Amino acid sequence: MNPRLTKALVNGLLLGGALVALFPLAWMLAVSFMPPGTSNALPPPLWPANPTLDNYRQLFGHAGMWRYLLNSLLISGAITLLSLACNLLAGYAFAKLRFAGRERLFRMLLGLLVIPAQVAMLPLFLMFKYTGLVDSYAGVVLPGMATVLGIFLVRQYARGLPDELLEAARIDGASELRIFVCVVLPLLRPVVATLAILTFLTAWNDFMWPLIELTGQGHYTLPLGLASLAREHTEGTEQMMAGSVLTVLPVLVLFLAMQRHYLDGLLLGSVKG
Amino acid sequence: MSARRAAWLFLTPALLVLGVFFLIPVLGALVLSFTDYDLYALADLHNLRFVALGNYWALLHRPAFWAALGHTFYFVAVGVPLSLAASLGAALLLHSRLARCKAFFRTALFAPVVTTAVAMAVVWRYLFNTKYGWANHLLGVLGIHPVDWLGDPHWAMPTIILFAVWKNFGYNMIILLAGLQAIPVELYEAARIDGASAWRQFRHVSLPLLGPTLLMVAILTVSGYFQLFAEPYVMTEGGPLQSTTSVLYLMYEDGFQWWNLGIASAEAVVLFLVMFAVTAAMLRLSSREPAGGAA
Repeated sequence: MNPRLTKALVNGLLLGGALVALFPLAWMLAVSFMPPGTSNALPPPLWPANPTLDNYRQLFGHAGMWRYLLNSLLISGAITLLSLACNLLAGYAFAKLRFAGRERLFRMLLGLLVIPAQVAMLPLFLMFKYTGLVDSYAGVVLPGMATVLGIFLVRQYARGLPDELLEAARIDGASELRIFVCVVLPLLRPVVATLAILTFLTAWNDFMWPLIELTGQGHYTLPLGLASLAREHTEGTEQMMAGSVLTVLPVLVLFLAMQRHYLDGLLLGSVKG
Repeated sequence: MSARRAAWLFLTPALLVLGVFFLIPVLGALVLSFTDYDLYALADLHNLRFVALGNYWALLHRPAFWAALGHTFYFVAVGVPLSLAASLGAALLLHSRLARCKAFFRTALFAPVVTTAVAMAVVWRYLFNTKYGWANHLLGVLGIHPVDWLGDPHWAMPTIILFAVWKNFGYNMIILLAGLQAIPVELYEAARIDGASAWRQFRHVSLPLLGPTLLMVAILTVSGYFQLFAEPYVMTEGGPLQSTTSVLYLMYEDGFQWWNLGIASAEAVVLFLVMFAVTAAMLRLSSREPAGGAA
């Protein structure tokens, strides 16, 4: 085939693909600025003729969106911080500290990856019901405080740390905790960033467990609030789009800002160790 | 403090969380599935009875469960190949020497992955609106009659599949792209010198060397797609005529709307066993393939 034609074909296909990938996002943004009722027209409008912030004002005014936004931030932030602590400690221990049964225990943990999280959800709900944790922030955060994938990621990365450095610190008489905090943690910074953004995005987008666990609207996260509005069919298209923008925009911006770290995590997590 | 004691100290928080909030509940699900845990047991545990395999036996005779299993298989069987094809196609395009603005295209094609499924499901519901949606408008431009995308039992699942492929293909695209970039350039040069066409280069160099990555990506996608829930929850509420009720959707309804936690647990366990069997079968089949596996 003619090389110039091939080149046009490759780039044309890429452009087409990018259009398909981005169109729903762009349309959502455009409609969120349209006055109520104007998006239901033929042909469907692409651009707000008279852009307005009314939908956002309405949304924050009566739909409790502030609450959902705050809940989402709080829950995702707490899960990120707490799971970072747990996963970093455990991943480092598996990588660098010697103890009997280390490899066997790690293989057992990896074995857990084949079990879908939903299997645990019904008993977990009962467990929380009997301990009074249903419809609480703790009920959403606690199960997310450690992940096998996170431990795996940290272990993969920490295995590359030089043993000599740790030995030198031990000879100097530093305690293991001190070595971890002062020597290891600074060296783990790249994987900390990667894991933090990966965890935050996952927690923000999570749906099924919060849906089960949070029975009252007071603790709803943004996806839950949006889903309940969508199923009630009471809000107009434009306001629903504003709600969707509010739910998607924070994670999209975070991803764009931290793209490299996020993609690193994807690749690390998908390579067998 | 010895290193051994430190190790266990470091492991304790994570192991405690995984043990208490995952391992024990998973075992609990198995136990629960042998009981008739329902609303009465929820009110007073004395009403709980052991029914052995009764729930599983009941599922065998329940058309709604078989239907949900069927819908889930449909979603996996059609959705996974489509999703992988889109991922591989996009990765090949991005890998091509002829592609311009690679960073931009990579980001654009990946963007749907990081979006919130619930929010985008809301958006797609409007894009596929029968009357005012863009999908039907574009069909109209081509002179094709409008389709009742989410309201017609035959079309609802295909629409959800389209949405899932759109949402997810970028994830595997990134992994396959990394796989392609790891293939030594010399292999392509050697193939070119031997006069191999672009197609033959793909068939005999890229595809075999990408084999292990493709298998891994396929297995991850299959297990992800078996967990279909948020999409039908938001877009169709399992309808129309239960045509998009997945196993997890049924589990959610049985468990948290009807409070039949025993039956719902049995459904969760069956879903796990099915996923395990399918994944194991994929691994077996691929190891039996003659060429290409060892890269």
